[in-house]
Amino acid sequence: MTLLVATAIALVKLPGLFSAVMLTGIYSLLSAALFVLLDAVDVAFTEAAVGAGITTVLMLGTLSLLGVSTSDHEPIQMQPIPLIVVVITGAALIFATQDMPAFGDPDAPAHRHVAPRYLNESATEVGLPNVVTSVLASYRGYDTLGEVAVIFTAGVGVMLLLGRRRRAPRGDQDEK
Amino acid sequence: MNWLIHYNYWIVIVLMMIGLYLVIARANLVRKVIGLNIFQTSVFILFISIGASRGASAPILAEGIQSYANPLPHVLILTAIVVGVATTALALALIVRIHEEYGSIDDSSIHDQDDEP
Repeated sequence: MTLLVATAIALVKLPGLFSAVMLTGIYSLLSAALFVLLDAVDVAFTEAAVGAGITTVLMLGTLSLLGVSTSDHEPIQMQPIPLIVVVITGAALIFATQDMPAFGDPDAPAHRHVAPRYLNESATEVGLPNVVTSVLASYRGYDTLGEVAVIFTAGVGVMLLLGRRRRAPRGDQDEK
Repeated sequence: MNWLIHYNYWIVIVLMMIGLYLVIARANLVRKVIGLNIFQTSVFILFISIGASRGASAPILAEGIQSYANPLPHVLILTAIVVGVATTALALALIVRIHEEYGSIDDSSIHDQDDEP
């Protein structure tokens, strides 16, 4: 996790857009490894494929469309006012974590509500060994339907924005 | 080790604030999108941390395993990751259009061009 923070700080300091985009790929991959450690294997698959793969490709595509004019070397210095705002917000949030249940506590409220039912009944009710799949496709199927609607809307938006004057290349943006 | 029980949440908040700082302080629009991505990933980690449970294993039913991680946050975050990529694609498309119109992806120079009639 500390590695993750180091990568993010490097992202803030780094000049040059291209290296920043490559670092986001590394950052996504690190977070996927973290998800494996936290027992969320399905999320790790998706993050590695979609977060590290497709997002990086999209950003590189954007950079190539924008052309050379974007090799920015804006002066990277800390700006005081945003820094103060961010530090105050962060301090308030960290103060708020005092009320959270301890990390990994099996009796935390999040584990008491519907999760036991999913874990105990889904084998008979849905019949799949992977509980994440059965929740995704069966118990919370409407979420997945809404997700498809969002992706469709985003695809249409991208096509409308980019397809007007340039007939060609943005096929890859519309697939996800 | 009692004071470390919230370590995961602290890391999440630090990442969240780094993303927020990028969004506020950087003039470059692509960097703002990168900041949003960092913010987003920190929220993912927050949810997965809530779903993790000590001594548990991944939520795939098998013989001889007593406790599983909470599957519900995993499902929510799977949806969120894919939606996040969709919004990133839309934001990047907007940036490309802005660049076509203004010839710049820098916040302040876009404002300057708006001020001139």
